[in-house]
Amino acid sequence: MALEREKSLMKGLRQLIFPLAAVLAAFVAGSFLVLAVGDSPLATYQLLIGSAFTWPDGIGYTLFYATPLIFTGLAVAVAFRCGLLNIGAEGQLYIASFATAWVGITFAGLPAILLVPLCCLAAVLAGGVWGGIPGVLKARFGAHEVITTIMMNFIAIALASYFTQYHYKPPGDAILETVPIGEGGHIARLGRFVPGLPERIPLNLSFLLALATCVLVYLFLWRTRWGYEIRATGASPAAAQYGGIATGRQIVLAMALSGALAGMVGINEVLGYRYRYYDSFSSGYGFTGIAVALLGRNHPVGVILASLLFGALLRGGLFVDIFTEHVSKDLVMVLQGIIILFVAAEAMFRDRFRGPFGRRIKGV
Amino acid sequence: MLELREITKRFGDVLANDRVSFAVAPGTIHALVGENGAGKSTAMRIAYGFYSADSGDVVVDGAVRRFASPQDAIALGIGMVHQHFMLVEPMTVAENIVLGIEPGNALQLDVAGAVSRIRALSAEFGLAIDPTARIEDLSVGQQQRVELLKALYRQARILILDEPTAVLSPQAVRDLFAILRRMREQGKTIVIVTHKLSEVLEISDEVTVMRDGKVVGNRRTAETSAAELARLMVGRDVLLRVVKPEGHPGKPVLAVRGLSSGALGTKDRERRLDGVSFEVRAGEIVGIAGIEGNGQTELIEALAGLAEPAAVTGTIELEGRDVEGLSARARRAGGIAHVPEDRHRRGLLLDFDLAENSILGADDRPPVAVGPWHLWLNREAIRRRTEKILKAFDVRPPDPDLPARSLSGGNQQKLILGRELEESPKLLLVAQPTRGVDIGGIEFIHRRLVEMRDAGCAVLLVSSELEEVTALSDRLLVMREGRIVGEVDPARATPEEIGLLMTGGNAAA
Repeated sequence: MALEREKSLMKGLRQLIFPLAAVLAAFVAGSFLVLAVGDSPLATYQLLIGSAFTWPDGIGYTLFYATPLIFTGLAVAVAFRCGLLNIGAEGQLYIASFATAWVGITFAGLPAILLVPLCCLAAVLAGGVWGGIPGVLKARFGAHEVITTIMMNFIAIALASYFTQYHYKPPGDAILETVPIGEGGHIARLGRFVPGLPERIPLNLSFLLALATCVLVYLFLWRTRWGYEIRATGASPAAAQYGGIATGRQIVLAMALSGALAGMVGINEVLGYRYRYYDSFSSGYGFTGIAVALLGRNHPVGVILASLLFGALLRGGLFVDIFTEHVSKDLVMVLQGIIILFVAAEAMFRDRFRGPFGRRIKGV
Repeated sequence: MLELREITKRFGDVLANDRVSFAVAPGTIHALVGENGAGKSTAMRIAYGFYSADSGDVVVDGAVRRFASPQDAIALGIGMVHQHFMLVEPMTVAENIVLGIEPGNALQLDVAGAVSRIRALSAEFGLAIDPTARIEDLSVGQQQRVELLKALYRQARILILDEPTAVLSPQAVRDLFAILRRMREQGKTIVIVTHKLSEVLEISDEVTVMRDGKVVGNRRTAETSAAELARLMVGRDVLLRVVKPEGHPGKPVLAVRGLSSGALGTKDRERRLDGVSFEVRAGEIVGIAGIEGNGQTELIEALAGLAEPAAVTGTIELEGRDVEGLSARARRAGGIAHVPEDRHRRGLLLDFDLAENSILGADDRPPVAVGPWHLWLNREAIRRRTEKILKAFDVRPPDPDLPARSLSGGNQQKLILGRELEESPKLLLVAQPTRGVDIGGIEFIHRRLVEMRDAGCAVLLVSSELEEVTALSDRLLVMREGRIVGEVDPARATPEEIGLLMTGGNAAA
């Protein structure tokens, strides 16, 4: 048993080599960029990394930024395990966040013990339905999920804006946001439990929820029959059908699940941070989730690590923006882009080791 | 003429060719035989300039040559006909042949000159190919001859044929061999890569046998036997014949009546299945012979529940119960097991490990799935099941954590067979069970199929290997164009008789 554990640990560590190399390579490439605009790469990176890991502000904000990325990263990863590319996490998290706020506003009088679970349920359900629709379209009519999820993004964002603007905005408010949710819908910030972490940092209980969700997703995908069937469908639809798996159902299930996971961003955003729906709050969490899943190899552990990295970059980027002469926070976007390029290039390297034409050499 | 000297080629950790040396004498047909993965294709691709060797030399006409690409080999008069044809279907024979060396200038293509040259070549070697015909209108055998013409047009003196008979009917094989003999008479040198020993003995002058990347023997064909070649290929004595006691068929297990698929009136020229009716009884193997693409795949998929339900009409009864309309899963639960013809696409999840592959088709019920809604996978039970299958079916290496992709074809097939038999099926659907499987594995799989029959299982066997299907079957049906066109006694019918049924008397098909 110990040997087996060791074996799987080694396997896990080997999985880290390529993503780490990609990150490292991106930083090297980025340093040329910094140099080109006339700043010192060393100082810039020192600022970028240093500011992300100071206690309590750096770490607090890094984890806070990582929280929605964990949810969206998981969302993309689950869909990907079923062979689907969910570009719609952005729309799913918007619709879910609005639904969360709507429940929080509509049932504002309820006590926390009822309102928090109800709001969470709204987030999961709204996201799940919004993700499930492209799943149904794919399973029933063969509509490609990349197209439908992108389109549904526009619908979701516009819908949420419309309802905010015309039905739930506090009168006379210049900012596009809803009225606040009931007090019972607030979830505690971690500062209340962690000594030294001030409560002004919005890092809240949904970070722990995100970690717990990673464990659940892992158990679901690798220890349950449904997870097996989703993965089998993603690995080879023809083989899955041969094994008696209803692949259409797996596609709907995976997309609904993916949407529900993306929707959980609403818990962090509405219940843990702003206590209202704030229009255009997401700085592309749904899209960064694709990068997170890619870098994290569509595995919950990888998703956590990649979210922490991207969370740290988001945090550090602000400081780079302010405290360097020339480099803007767009450096973070560039780094993200290069990381993804290198991760995507990995497939090329892998085939190298596999013999010509990607074919495995048999025998011996 | 063509000689390989101490060729070594490594792909990653795998030594594909280990100091491979042999010489092909001019004007002979030289067979290169070995099991899958023995390295014969690698050796030939090196000779054709497709790969370059890590060490060792390719010698042509007594001089050491360096090939940067197949272009260099072609310039020296080496041609290769691949197992999978490289032809552009909507274009004509002549257009395909001049592809890459188009005559005329940049603006104008001079096909007319090529047509007459091709016609002359075709007549010289008895190929009977019309250069103006479109590829899509030609039979597989004719397409292969276009590939031969392609090489001849480029003035090949040495022709390498990779598994040329894999896709041909018995008649087409005979025609091909006649053409090859004629080419030899005209002074061409031919290397034929194959794993079919009967063909080696029939066509070749000399044989080179490879095993595990090494040359293990060179023989003059006249002085060797199938048994000796098989022993060289496998490294031990092999039973080439199927030993099969008298069968004792029981009650009908499968009854198929009027099974049709593919809608009439669509662009499809014919229905994929057209009124197929037959029975398979417990304790018998019913074979279906036929050239590939005549409805066998559609038949098996319709029976397994994998066909589009709306496209299938007719009745399928399993032990008297109508299973038409049941899902693949329900049919599995009802006792139908299936060894699919395409194990990479259908039969296995190549990137999943052996344990996860061993539960495909059985993941929805105990002992694999336990708890409420059978939601949880029982890892202990899966492990036990996998180890049992790997042991009972001699899958090597027997490591449940390996990805299925890493197994050889034979071991992949043994894993699939083991998994399907684990469910003790009443009906076993088997398609092309030994395709790409080494001789040792073939022997093992054949024995298991006969054992299943003797245990009372009804077995429906589809195979394009005529030898296999006649040796294993108790009754043999022949399929052509989606219909059962005849039933023969496999113990008595000759390959020619069966071949005639397969082609409908059209030897060119």
